[in-house]
Amino acid sequence: MKAIQRGAASMLLLALASCSHQGLLDTAGPIAAGERTILLNSLVIMLAIVIPTIAATLGFAFWYRADKPRGRYLPDWAYSGRVELVVWAIPILVILFLAGVIWVGSHDLDPSKPLPAEKNVKPLEVQVVSLDWKWLFIYPEQGVASVNRLVIPAGVPVHFSLTSASVMNAFFVHRLGSMIYTMNGMVTQVNLQADKPGIYWGQSAQYSGDGFSDMNFQARAVAPADFAAWVGKTKGQGPSLDAAAYAGLAKQSTIKQPYSYGTVQPGLFDQVAMQKIAAGPGPQVGHGDVNVSPRSTK
Amino acid sequence: MKLLGKLDWSAIPLDQPIPLIASAVAGGLVVGVLIYAWAKGWWPYLWNEWITSVDHKRIGVMYIILAALMLLRGFSDAVMMRSQQALALHGAQGYLPPEHYDQVFTAHGTIMIFFGGMPLVIGLMNFAVPLQLGVRDVAFPTWNNVGFWLTATGALLVNLSLGIGEFARTGWLPYPPLSELAYSPGVGVDYYIWALQISGIGTLSTGINLVTTILKMRAPGMSYLRMPVFCWTSLAANLLIVAVFPILTATLAMLALDRYLDFHFFTNTAGGNPMMFVNLIWAWGHPEVYILVLPCFGIFSEVFSTFSGKPLFGYRSMVMATMFICVVSLVVWLHHFFTMGAGGDVNAFFGISTSIIAVGTGVKIYNWLFTMYGGRVRFEPPLLWALGFMVTFVIGGMTGVLLAVPPADFVLHNSMFLVAHFHNVIIGGVVFGAFAGYEYWFPKAFGFRLHKGWGVAAFWLTLAGFVATFTPLYIVGMEGMTRRLQHIDNPLWDPWIILAGLGTIVIGAGVAAQLIQLVVSIRMRDQLRDVTGDPWNGRTLEWVTPSPPPTFNFPVLHDVHGEEAYWGMKQAAIAQERLYDEPDYKPIEMPKNSPTGFVTAFFAAIIGFALIWHIWWLVALGLVGAYATFVVFAWRDEDEYEIPAEEVARVDRARRAARGPEWLASMGAPQ
Repeated sequence: MKAIQRGAASMLLLALASCSHQGLLDTAGPIAAGERTILLNSLVIMLAIVIPTIAATLGFAFWYRADKPRGRYLPDWAYSGRVELVVWAIPILVILFLAGVIWVGSHDLDPSKPLPAEKNVKPLEVQVVSLDWKWLFIYPEQGVASVNRLVIPAGVPVHFSLTSASVMNAFFVHRLGSMIYTMNGMVTQVNLQADKPGIYWGQSAQYSGDGFSDMNFQARAVAPADFAAWVGKTKGQGPSLDAAAYAGLAKQSTIKQPYSYGTVQPGLFDQVAMQKIAAGPGPQVGHGDVNVSPRSTK
Repeated sequence: MKLLGKLDWSAIPLDQPIPLIASAVAGGLVVGVLIYAWAKGWWPYLWNEWITSVDHKRIGVMYIILAALMLLRGFSDAVMMRSQQALALHGAQGYLPPEHYDQVFTAHGTIMIFFGGMPLVIGLMNFAVPLQLGVRDVAFPTWNNVGFWLTATGALLVNLSLGIGEFARTGWLPYPPLSELAYSPGVGVDYYIWALQISGIGTLSTGINLVTTILKMRAPGMSYLRMPVFCWTSLAANLLIVAVFPILTATLAMLALDRYLDFHFFTNTAGGNPMMFVNLIWAWGHPEVYILVLPCFGIFSEVFSTFSGKPLFGYRSMVMATMFICVVSLVVWLHHFFTMGAGGDVNAFFGISTSIIAVGTGVKIYNWLFTMYGGRVRFEPPLLWALGFMVTFVIGGMTGVLLAVPPADFVLHNSMFLVAHFHNVIIGGVVFGAFAGYEYWFPKAFGFRLHKGWGVAAFWLTLAGFVATFTPLYIVGMEGMTRRLQHIDNPLWDPWIILAGLGTIVIGAGVAAQLIQLVVSIRMRDQLRDVTGDPWNGRTLEWVTPSPPPTFNFPVLHDVHGEEAYWGMKQAAIAQERLYDEPDYKPIEMPKNSPTGFVTAFFAAIIGFALIWHIWWLVALGLVGAYATFVVFAWRDEDEYEIPAEEVARVDRARRAARGPEWLASMGAPQ
């Protein structure tokens, strides 16, 4: 039994160690860091009773085993007011404590709550549209857009407004923190910030159909000067995002290489969110008959 | 309009070898078994004694056979998922293209919950609850049979989709707008809808039946607070079924109206609201997990008490905790979509309400712990499963409360961490619980025990495989890996996914050990025979009966004078060195078997299939047939038959003979 406990403990340590390299515990922004703190606090609070409980379970079973019992046999012992009190009190106290953590955490880390910015730093606005099966990032103030590549300045709060061209998705850069759903006809908000430059893994965290597994994007945090340089380089270059280009983008497909639009039709995001632009068309190719078993076009 | 609606040859997946071969093999096996049974001349027996049986014990057994088959199907889906992910790293695509892989994980979830877990738990309740209550059958025996066959119809339709058309590619809860006609024009979602609508009627019937049985049909003197805890947890689960399955039916009906008649409940356009579906489906979906796990909590209570040689510690506390969980489970559903962006107040409310459920569960855990305290713990397979449950479930519960903390959920939602969590509680809670119940009640059902060695092997292999599979998934979840990926482009996750795939092989060995256990036990049944009907030194009324119990369960209904009705009787008999006096045997009226359930299900299968494929004339035909079946049943004249007093006396005297002075002395001896 001890071996099992030791094994479980080392497994847990291994898990935490591996997470500290690249995973959730290696956070890259204030929101993710706040969420990590709450996660670890809650974990520690609960481990404080979970580990003794597991130990007691194995201990009692071993101590009172029928073939070599150690403790006295109490064949009628089925009630004790004191034990009952403790049995109810422990979980209630833990949950009371945890409820405080939940209440405060839910409000402090609410995705729609703006992040504090330093003086003279204006939060960046990014509009996000999830399409079948790619991500469109529109920079309304800069007048550029990017597909499957999110570029943001490090150290600057970013306010995202999100919607979906068709089905639900979830926008998620796990090293920055908080995911949020994207829904057609609705706008959600999330505020995130990257502490330092780096390339972070972004993905959809809500299954959305056949091309879902390719719905990943790069989140690049760059120095503010480099961000300005990227905008300058992108602006006026490459294709322009107008209604026709958007209609093409809304068709089901996956994108191998990220690319950018040098110009964006003003108000495009609002038109998508307000359903002035029709939702994405869905599958067009069938296996045999599209009505029986559509095959993806990816 | 085409005569066969959407159905034509393109529905057969001739270009996809995996489903084609799988469905051909499965179909071949079914036909082979049917022909073998026919050649052996078993058909009259199967028809008269099982298919049309209204005996709650046989219906319970049939539920569990159905569940076992579906667990195997669901497990083979799991093997495909884990191996596909392990083979689709570094830009490789594995062997399942997305349009197939998406069906596999949808089918896995649907089958495991609706046709694996539910029939397993319902089967155990059906078998044990009337016996524990000390009565002869459930309140509505024929309806019970109808409920079973409707559930089986749902399972049939889901499996039919393997070879004819496709199954849903939406995930096991088909969130719109993805499940709407615009994004899922195929028949997959329709298979899902009609399989669940038909089996849902069956589940609701069972719920009403068992609630009525528990509330109205207990042995004389068995007040509510003298019922075994398994009956209490079954009551709670069935109250939840009655409360929430209508929500599922209504929600799927609305989705069907959207898909079939161009309604706009959940569409993007014309005022539809997809999030309304998400709310409604989880208003059913969260209580559903308690429907599955509460009866298993009851099984663990019976097992800890029996195999510790002690009454359950804190019986009243357990009842309170059960009903507490039952009620609170109805107000937690929003924790499934904290990431919708509802705001701090809403998220905090549902986060706190969710973690409050852990109070009820925590109390239960401690009461089981103190049941072992001062006991004489026998490490039989049922107790091993129960101990395995205690150790794994507290971890699963802890990760569940972590997910109930909204800021933590914002980074763990829909991740492999979530997948690991709910498998941790469903395998650790429901599956371990059902296996404990299977090992515990098997001798009661069939008159011989299961082989202990293979049972122990199955336990350790399953436990080891479970830990090896799901620990890596917790870790990749912490590293941000989302669920339902057909291929994996982030190399960070690779080693864990390979480890999880290897773990599945160990679980497979556990499954094999359990199948071998069944075969070995059947072959060794004479050595494993349970002669007395009380193989575990039990405490509740089912152990009064011989194994297997006669159709009528009890020759006379016992007067119950306290908790643990049978334990009291047994102690009195040991003290007096003799059984209670032979009662005055009277003839017993029992309900007649009826083919109503099977025939209804036959027509339900036709209706379901025809609706899926838009064959309207066949829908009409099926409805007429189902209604005609109902009329024939409703107007039948004789619904009962009499078992003569001599037969009752013969059965009971044999039972009493097996429980002679020697047995009494052995039961009275210090453990």
